[in-house]
Parts: sequence; C-alpha cells; structure tokens
Amino acid sequence: MIDREQVLHVARLARLRLDEGEVEAMTGELSSVLDHIEKIGELDLDDVAPTTHVVALENVLRPDEPRPSLARDAALAEAPDSDGSGFRVPSPGA
Amino acid sequence: MPDVTYEPVIGLEIHVQLKTRTKMFCGCELSFGEQPNTRTCPVCLGLPGTLPVVNAEAVHYGLMIGLALGCELAPRSIFHRKNYFYPDLPKGYQVSQYDIPLARDGKLGDVRIHRVHLEEDAAKLVHAGASGRIHSAEASVVDFNRGGTPLVEIVSEPDIRSAAEAAEWLRLLRVTLRQLGVSDVNMEEGSLRCDANVSLRPRGEATLGVKTELKNMNSFRFIERGVEAEIERQEAILRDGGRIEQETLHYDVRSGAISSLRSKEEAHDYRYFPEPDLVPVVPTEQMVERARAAIPELPADRAERLGRELGLPTDQAKLLAFRTDLGDFYERALAAADGGDPRAIANWTCNELMATLGDGREPGDSKLTPEALATLVAMVVAKDVSQSAAKEVLARLVAEGGDPAAIVESSGLGRADEGELAAIVDRAMADQADAVEKVRAGNDKAIGAIVGAIMRETKGRADGGEVQRLIRERL
Amino acid sequence: MSDVVDLTAAAAAERVRAGELSPRELWDAYRARAAADELNAFLWLADEAPEVSVDAPLGGVPLAVKDLFCTAGVPSAAASRILEGYRPPYSATAVERLTGAGAPMLGKTNMDEFAMGSSNENSAFGPVENPWDRSKVPGGSSGGSAAAVAAGLAPWAIGTDTGGSIRQPAALCGIVGLKPTYGSVSRYGMIAFASSLDQAGPLTRDVTDAALLLRHMVGRDDCDSTSTGHPEQIALPSAERLDGLRFGVPPELTGDGLEPGVRAVFEATLERIEQLGGTVREVGLPHSGHAISAYYVIAPAEASANLARFDGVRYGHRAAADDGLRSLYEQTREEGFGTEVKRRIMLGTYALSSGYYDAYYGRAQRVRTKIADDFRTAFESVDLIVTPTSPTVAFGLGERTDDPLAMYLSDVLTVPMSLAGIPAISTPGGLSDGLPVGIQLAGPAYSENRILDAAHALELATGFEGERARA
Ligand SMILES: [Mg+2]
Ligand SMILES: [Zn+2]
Repeated sequence: MIDREQVLHVARLARLRLDEGEVEAMTGELSSVLDHIEKIGELDLDDVAPTTHVVALENVLRPDEPRPSLARDAALAEAPDSDGSGFRVPSPGA
Repeated sequence: MPDVTYEPVIGLEIHVQLKTRTKMFCGCELSFGEQPNTRTCPVCLGLPGTLPVVNAEAVHYGLMIGLALGCELAPRSIFHRKNYFYPDLPKGYQVSQYDIPLARDGKLGDVRIHRVHLEEDAAKLVHAGASGRIHSAEASVVDFNRGGTPLVEIVSEPDIRSAAEAAEWLRLLRVTLRQLGVSDVNMEEGSLRCDANVSLRPRGEATLGVKTELKNMNSFRFIERGVEAEIERQEAILRDGGRIEQETLHYDVRSGAISSLRSKEEAHDYRYFPEPDLVPVVPTEQMVERARAAIPELPADRAERLGRELGLPTDQAKLLAFRTDLGDFYERALAAADGGDPRAIANWTCNELMATLGDGREPGDSKLTPEALATLVAMVVAKDVSQSAAKEVLARLVAEGGDPAAIVESSGLGRADEGELAAIVDRAMADQADAVEKVRAGNDKAIGAIVGAIMRETKGRADGGEVQRLIRERL
Repeated sequence: MSDVVDLTAAAAAERVRAGELSPRELWDAYRARAAADELNAFLWLADEAPEVSVDAPLGGVPLAVKDLFCTAGVPSAAASRILEGYRPPYSATAVERLTGAGAPMLGKTNMDEFAMGSSNENSAFGPVENPWDRSKVPGGSSGGSAAAVAAGLAPWAIGTDTGGSIRQPAALCGIVGLKPTYGSVSRYGMIAFASSLDQAGPLTRDVTDAALLLRHMVGRDDCDSTSTGHPEQIALPSAERLDGLRFGVPPELTGDGLEPGVRAVFEATLERIEQLGGTVREVGLPHSGHAISAYYVIAPAEASANLARFDGVRYGHRAAADDGLRSLYEQTREEGFGTEVKRRIMLGTYALSSGYYDAYYGRAQRVRTKIADDFRTAFESVDLIVTPTSPTVAFGLGERTDDPLAMYLSDVLTVPMSLAGIPAISTPGGLSDGLPVGIQLAGPAYSENRILDAAHALELATGFEGERARA
C-alpha cells in the first residue's frame, strides 16, 4: 500500500515529474504490486543471509596502470550542451 | 539562570585524494591541471553499459592508512551505491564503502579513529556565468578530470575539545599521511579536505549536544577560525535559551560569517545499497603484509624516540619529527658526529640552521652537508670557535658549502689565543682608564665599555666570559 | 536464395567454411529480408557487408543484436526516447567477441525499453508483432531478436535475460533461447537494467546454433568485475537420448497457473523425456512462490540507480527546461522515460528509501538466498529441472498493458532461475492453437553443456516445425 503523498515524495527523490493522471495511476498500480510483494513479510528470514551476488568472487582488482583516455572531442561528442571544454548545466541552486 | 560553561565536542571528517597513477575504477591517469575533460573514459563519464573495476593500489594505500592509524582491518569489506543527483556525479550515485569500511577503530595521537573507507571523488563544477542556452539562469560547466579520483575518507571520534586542538590534530594527520607517501595532502589544491562536526555541552555532562557539520575548510587557519566561530555561534544561541539545529554549514573565509548550506538532496535520502557491479575486498595475508612493510617510521613515533633516546625537549623532538626534511638532516649530522652531543646538534639544527634557512627552505636547498654541521658544532663545543663566529661560518656553509675548519682558518675566525688576547686586554684597559676607575669605584656596569672595545677589536673571535676574567685579573 | 535462409546458422557457417557458400550471398539474403521487416523487429540495419575471413569460426553468418548492447558508432538506445540517436564510443564485449569470431552485425533489434517488459509493448519505437500471429506479442524484453530469428529475418540473434527476457520471447516465437549462468558472459557494454541479474545469451533457430553462438560469447572479461568465464568449452550437442538423466518437475511452478494448451504440451514433453530414457520425478522449490515478489523488489531497486545517469547532462535526450537544474532533470526524465520504466524506477526508489529498505530490499535479498538454496537442494536429487517457459502462449497485443501486476506474474516460471543465477534454456515443445509453447530446462551453475545436450535430444524427438513462421 502506498499513498499519494509517498508517491509524490518518491517521484521527487527519483527526479520524475508526474502529471496528475500519472500520480493517480501510479498510486493504484504500485499499491497492488506492493500488496503482492508484501507476502514475503510472512516468511521467517531471521537467520538467512542476504544475497547480493550469486558469483563467489572476491578481490577482483585492477593493476594501477594507465590506459588511454578519450580525446576531449570524443568525450563531448554526445553532450546535449557543451561549451567546447565541458558539459554545460544550469548552476545548482540557480 | 546559573552561569554554565560549555565544552565543545569536535569530530573531523577528512577526505584524502590518493596518489595512485590511475583513477579508482578506470585506467584514466589522475589529473594535475590538464585541460578540462581530457582525462576521461566511458567508465568515469558514466556512459551506459560501463562497469567499475577496483584499483589494487588504492586498496593497498587504504590498508596502509588503516594500519598506520592503528585500525582493525575488515576481514571482508564491500562497496555501496550512495544515490543522489548532482551534475558532478556522472552515474547518479557515488560508489563508496558504507556499512563495512576497509578499516575501523583506530587512534592517532589522543584522538580515536571511527572509520577509514574507500570511495571515488566527484567531478568539478566550474561556474561559467550566464549561459547562452539556458537563458535567465546561471550556467556551470562540468569537468570530469577529477571525477573518479581515489579517495580515502577518515572519520574521527568526537574526541577534540577546541578549535586549536582540531587544527593541531589535523597537522599530525597530514604529516602522517605525507610520511606514508599515499597523498599530496595539499589543502589548497584539495588533495586534503576537512569537514568538522561541532557540538556543545555543559561542562561535565556526558550526553552530546546537537551537532552541526562545517563543510570544506581549505586551510588550517580557516579550520581553526571556522570551528572557533561555530563554537561562539552555538554558545550564543544556547546562552539565550535557543536550540541548535542539526544542519550543514559553510564558513565564509572573508566575512567570517557562517551560513546554512542547502544540501544536495534536500530530502537527504541516499538510498544506500550494495554495489552489484563490484565484489568484496578481502585483504589476504599477503596484501596486509605488503601494506605493513610499506609503512615507514611515523612522525608520532619519531618524536617519541628522539625524546626517549636522545633526551631532546618535546617541542624540538616534535619539530624534527613533523618536518621530515629537518629530522632526516639532523639524524644524518648526529651519525656523522659520532659521539657528538645530540642536544647541541639539535639546538643548531632547530635554531641556528632554521633561522639561516628562513621560511620555506629545506636543508636540502642549501650547500650545507650534515657532516659539515656536525664538525662545526663540535668546534663550538670544543670552544675552537665562538658562538657568534660559528654563526658566520654556518651562513657561509649554507651559501657556499665547504669545510668549516677551512673557513675558520682562511677567514681567521678561529679564537684569539691567550697571549694575543692578553695584549689586547692590556691595551684596551690603558685606553679606557676612566672606565677602569669607575669599575674600581664599584660601578660594575662600566666594565661593559672595556669588554665591548675588546670584542670589537677581536671581531667576535674572543669569548665574552674569557675577556671578563682577564680584565678582573688586572683590576 | 530462400534455400540459404532455410539453413540453420551452424549449417550456413559450415557451408561457408567449406567454400560452398559465400558470406556475401548469406549477407545479401538476410539483409534483404531484414530490410523488408514488417514486424518492427529491427530498429537499425547495417548497409555494408563487412569483410569476414571465410575460415572464421562463425563463417560470416550475420547476427542480430538487441538494442541494449552498446555498439561503437551505431545507435544504441535500449529502445528508449532518452537515448534516441545515441552512438556510443565503444562496443559491448559480447558483441566484440562475436563479430571477432566472424558474425558481422546485421542490425539492432527492438525490445522493451531498458529491457523492462514481457511483451515488447514498452518500446519507445513501437511494439513488435509475433510472426506466428501478427495480432499477438512476441514476448519480451528481447522481442525483436526473437521475432527476427523466428521469421527468418536473421539467422541468429543475441538478447539479454534479467527475469526471462530471452527465454520467454523465445518460447512465444517458437525458437531456442538460452540464459547462461550469471557471470559466464561479460556484461560490459550491456546497458544495465538489474546488474545482479542481467545476463546475455543466444536466441537461435535450433539448439546447435545456440551452442555455437554461446561458445563464442562466454569468457572472463577484465572490464566486468563479476565475470567468471566458463569452466568448460561449450560443446556442440550430439545427444539423441536422455538415458540416465533425472528430470525434476517442481509442483510449485506447474500447478493451476498453466493454460490448458500449455499443460498439454508440457505433459507430452514429460512423456517424450521418458521415451528417450530419462526419468521424471517431482522436486520441491518451496520458495519459488515468492520469486516474483523478490524479483520485483531487487530488479527495480537496482534499476532505479542504474537509470539515474540519464539526466540530460552528458548524452541522450535533454529537455528544453529553462528554470534550473531540478526542472532540467525532472523534465528530461519525464519526456525521456516511458510509463513502465517510470513505474519501476518509482517501485525501486520506494523499496530503497529510508524506513522501507529492510522490509523490502533487505527481505528480498534473503528470499533470494532461500530460492538459491531450493535449487541447490533440488539438484542433489535431479540433474535438470523442467517446466514450461511461460504459463501461456503469446497473448494479444494490448491485452495486458493496463494491468502491470498481471504482466509481472507472467514471468513466474523464469524469474526463479534468474534469482539463483543458474542457466536455463527454452526450446519449442509444440503448438497450442497454432502458437508455440516453450519448454524450459534449468540446471546447476555452469551446466550449459548438460542443458544443451538434453535440449538437443528433445528437439530431435519433438520435430517442431519452426519454418512455418518464416513463410
Ligand atoms: Mg565521503
Ligand atoms: Zn576514466
């Protein structure tokens, strides 16, 4: 179960702007999905370890050896707004 | 209300840029003032589909720091994603160690270390003035050269009780890290960055007050001033019955004013979760041994040793330990002197030599060799050369180098011998008959005129005490 | 020319290597068919026939590549508005390996946006039609790859599988699809959906093609910290019998949920298994009933972070917002993401947000442990687990779009294996009302060779008539 206010809060966290219709729909759809998901609340999982990886790897490390970087033009090639030296954005807080 | 006195409780959070060759998770070389965005690749630009791979040397440096700070190393540490949106954060999350840091529970000086963990640095946002595209709004330009630089974050326990202590401890931490050779630890250039958590509590009380976080003070002076200012601000609020708000603050160096910072994610919910693109770091025997072996004698230990073994006063021992260049020069001179007086050589190193070198110069910048200093100090101790003459010799050794004995010889700075001195004394007493009379009459001060004349004539080659003795013999 | 198209990829590769067929002829035949695509299976097509040495192991047999893979200089948008027209400066490791082995890229295939979907209806560039019945969905998220191979627009294709995105469309389109053991194929260059689950694999006309393609996909990659490579070489399957193989049927996954037509084909398959010398027994997967719940917490949670980089700053779509940074972010993502992607970002952000982490993400990770344990226990008494791949055959376009939960539940048979990271194949088991039904075989980690052999024996005995979809 998730209510309208929570939907709006989560949308802000996720930087998603939802119009009225979407907020309505999301609230309903997410609630029914969450109701289903909440069934895992019934399981006794107290002494069960969480699984983050199914692979049993550890210490996968890279030698500290330089590899070529991109030419600046290549780095900026897909930039929606570049000044030729970097990626332009509205100043935070501005 | 009763007049309570408040006790500041201060903890520091330090970010250290590691001096590896490449970034934390990609092969880009670290940047030192290159053109913007010339040290990037698909990984550190956060291009779709790219994945991080941990830099082994960054882990090695992290382990060295953990061990040097007397921490317990985590048998198994993992990385998390710290989620927030900001233009300097290409992936929309920072990869950082969260619930299991590389090392924890250490101590440096009198301050306990809470944790030491690895993470990646953010990129640089450069203000660019009004933008062509986004009208009516100021624009910034993002430079990803710095993005992904390996960082170690060191968090202290709130064991510090004054602004001065905070700066003092940070100095100790800095020389320690510099001695380890893992970072440039340059605050102005941002390779050492410090935040302070400050709270006040009525003296004698155990419970902590509400703390504020003072962000990024980029010099020792500013840290001391900033923390001082924040202590005063909080005390003022508490004194007229107000409450401290938990917030992040900015200290303005120029105005000295403290202002509240709008946080990056005003909702302040970083949604940490284990980074699925990385696997755990599990320090092996081998990794830990290699880190241990790479740790040289640290300043705190050196100061302690100089005091214990050589009987140097604390402040001298500290100076020699914290200024590695000076300390190394001193110990080389001491070795050359074999059997020479450690205290005398320390005095000459910490006083005369420091003064002659002046600010910012190291012994290495001069022509003086440790051996020469040892010889010179030996001559002074043996009274073959007077204090004042020896200072002239030192000045020349620093400027031109060479052998002290030779310099003394050639420039006739050696001490005047008995006969020569006796003659000079007689002549002086004859010239200053009235002074002699005054002294005989009991005005002891008058002897100064005679001594002065003699010293002038011997150009400092005579010892003041010796001269006085000869005069009195003749009265 | 059509007889060229009738060849399986492996057979075509053989002909090329034997000098009986020119890669050029092969390329032209498929390039022409792909260009005439009416199913909306392709989003981009290569013009030029690349040079391929005739003795390359994959013999110049053209490859269709899911749009989720980054391909240097070629549009790679994961079927999303937010990446429309994006051309990466590098190629995914899996694609590099295959083109390097002599399978030139024919084109990029349609998919559910960011691989989020089970019907391919979430593509920003329109749905894909199922070649068996163009009013039906091809399944998803690798719907374009599955439809292209089934319709003979491409000899073979690669896709990605996070909760069933290779196996389910393969089933609904009547072809073979294999999700390898997590870690055996590099994820570098795959636009991430759920990092701990994503795995690339082949979609092919038959089991031998799947084995051949997989052989050249697997391998340790220094660019992927979670990549393990494969302990043994992937062999071309030869088994014609199943003697001594123990097949387990989990009641939790083969109960009421199955459509009658699907159940009929499944039961016929179990009989076939016994006729071929295999044994069939029940084996429990007690926690698999909670797999969907765990999956729809873990996958969206990881996705919510993986999709945060799409902010309009460095690449991709950027809204013309003029009132500050936040509105630039929000408007860019509002315009760039489709409804299902937003829904999952919301779900994942909520599951990770303070106060809910333990109840959702934390618990889901523990359920995941239980599910992996279930399989470990099961494989102590059986060699392979057999289920249908999907509880239903291909459903109608638009039929489930307004009920997300129903759509999610259709992954019920494929999600448990994804959570456990184990390999599973979907191979055609027959038809139900003229629509293909897929049979799923799952084995322990790195048991791909066992799975491929068993699927090969079943394939021979089944004699599925896939050519109908190529007419
Ligand atoms: Mg930090
Ligand atoms: Zn890089």
